[in-house]
Amino acid sequence: MIRSLPHSRPYSLGFKLYVVLFFVFLFSPLAVTCILAFNDSQFPALPWKGFTLEWFTADLPGRVGIFHDAVNLSAIWVSFKVAFWVSIFSTLVGTCGAFLFEQEHFRFKQSLYFLMLAPLVIPGVILGISILLFANTLGMYFENHFNLDVALFRPGFWLVVLGQFSFISTLVTLIVSARLKKFDRSLEEAALNLGANRLQVIWHITLKFLRPALAGAFAVAFLMSFENFNTTLFLVGSEATLPITLYLQVRDGSTPVINAISFLLIMGTSLLALINLTLSRKKG
Amino acid sequence: MQTDRTGKSLPFLMFVTPVLLWLFLLIVLPHIDLLLMSFRSEDDYGNMVWSLVNYINFFGEPIYWETFARTAIYAVLVTLITFAVSLPIAFYITKVASPRHSGFLSLLLLMPFWVSELVRVYGWMILLRESGVVNHFLVRFGLLQQPVEMLYNDITMVMGLVYTSMLFMVVPLISVLDSLDDSLIEAAYDLGGSIFSILPRIIIPHAMPGIVSGGIVVFMLTLGNYLTPNLIGGKNSLWFTEQIYNQFIASFNWNQGAAFGFLLLLLSSSIIWVGLKLTGQTLSRVAQ
Repeated sequence: MIRSLPHSRPYSLGFKLYVVLFFVFLFSPLAVTCILAFNDSQFPALPWKGFTLEWFTADLPGRVGIFHDAVNLSAIWVSFKVAFWVSIFSTLVGTCGAFLFEQEHFRFKQSLYFLMLAPLVIPGVILGISILLFANTLGMYFENHFNLDVALFRPGFWLVVLGQFSFISTLVTLIVSARLKKFDRSLEEAALNLGANRLQVIWHITLKFLRPALAGAFAVAFLMSFENFNTTLFLVGSEATLPITLYLQVRDGSTPVINAISFLLIMGTSLLALINLTLSRKKG
Repeated sequence: MQTDRTGKSLPFLMFVTPVLLWLFLLIVLPHIDLLLMSFRSEDDYGNMVWSLVNYINFFGEPIYWETFARTAIYAVLVTLITFAVSLPIAFYITKVASPRHSGFLSLLLLMPFWVSELVRVYGWMILLRESGVVNHFLVRFGLLQQPVEMLYNDITMVMGLVYTSMLFMVVPLISVLDSLDDSLIEAAYDLGGSIFSILPRIIIPHAMPGIVSGGIVVFMLTLGNYLTPNLIGGKNSLWFTEQIYNQFIASFNWNQGAAFGFLLLLLSSSIIWVGLKLTGQTLSRVAQ
């Protein structure tokens, strides 16, 4: 039944088989996507027609590899920029949130904490449309009352950043809070007794202690932003992010270029996840 | 000692200001606006007036509320299937596999979670479509005379939804089962318990916080999913998020879309609330 107890052969064999099948189920779509990125065929399908790197490198008529595909390259660049700003903002605000909920005492703390958790249970589509509506309302207000056309209030780059930031900050707050809970507050008290003020203590001691959690939260925020689809769908303007561009291509038929992009994404995210994991293991 | 005077100090203001701005400007006010917009519509002269017409439309058109009910039922179903599929894996990793393997297995389990949902759905598309890899092998081995379209039906859609959100169930289950003391199971076993009595009486009660938090996340993600039903669910398997999208982007009827959005929000929060009440959990405990 469990490892310390005796168990029958069919039981443990059946269990092993289930686990193997589960992992096959888990990895087969990713494996097939990666393998077919190297198939020398016009379609991402079998039969296997030989190994090629042309879906990455080619610049031929009828076969443009990802490294020469202007539309997808610019979408990747937009996604990078969005993810960069989202991670910066959400790490800053999420850290403030962690300090606020872990170290401060104030009225309505419970209600505010509840509100902070809300983005976890609001579907991404709803966040997208409510922010779109509110931005539109603000835009109309500014136009009617001050005759101002504010670019921020129209679908576009910064609205996407704000939309993703609105729920990724909650994740950052939870990640940083988890680490802050383990902080030994007598260190702070010692520094305060030695004449430091609270800000100096936070800057020199608490933030140093939080550094691995901050790096981890930044990485998680970056990945979450890079692959976000639901919220972005409603806020995107002329600069489409990579998931949006890929979605349109997948919907209207597919070429092995999508496999090549997927391959790069799978490799990139796995690498980032591994680095993040080894760093967090090392520093406990 | 410093706690009683932090109330209005500089650090407190530094922490509270960005958090309040974030929560009020991006969460509270937009959702109030969503609610207000859902009660407004154009009258016969093209002026915006208060009205219930958006909600009347919802209940008047069977296609709308049928899709709504369908989405809710399927989301509950997907959550249950996800739990049934994930529990054995979490149990195996935490209790059955040798400790050396379990670390590696849980690492392996997390890998696909980092990859974009779109890439995972795309993987299923090239596996299962008519010219896909599975059909290729089935025909080659003589199991099928000619390829069959396996995409664009409800079963594939449910499978895709389970696949997409599975990891959000496995991870909390692993963490609660990890904290279950093996000796409890051993004691039950020594007293003559079998897996069928130990599972409902020891394992499930202990795992409840993990089950609830996994269930909430999976349910919410499934209800709000757009990609999977849209790409592998096909034309007649409508999902409610697609109705919202159609109102916003295709019909450009934002007020109708706002009403739909608010109804979906109401549905997800009430089912989550019922789930929490039934199991005696609170949201802040679940978020840990």
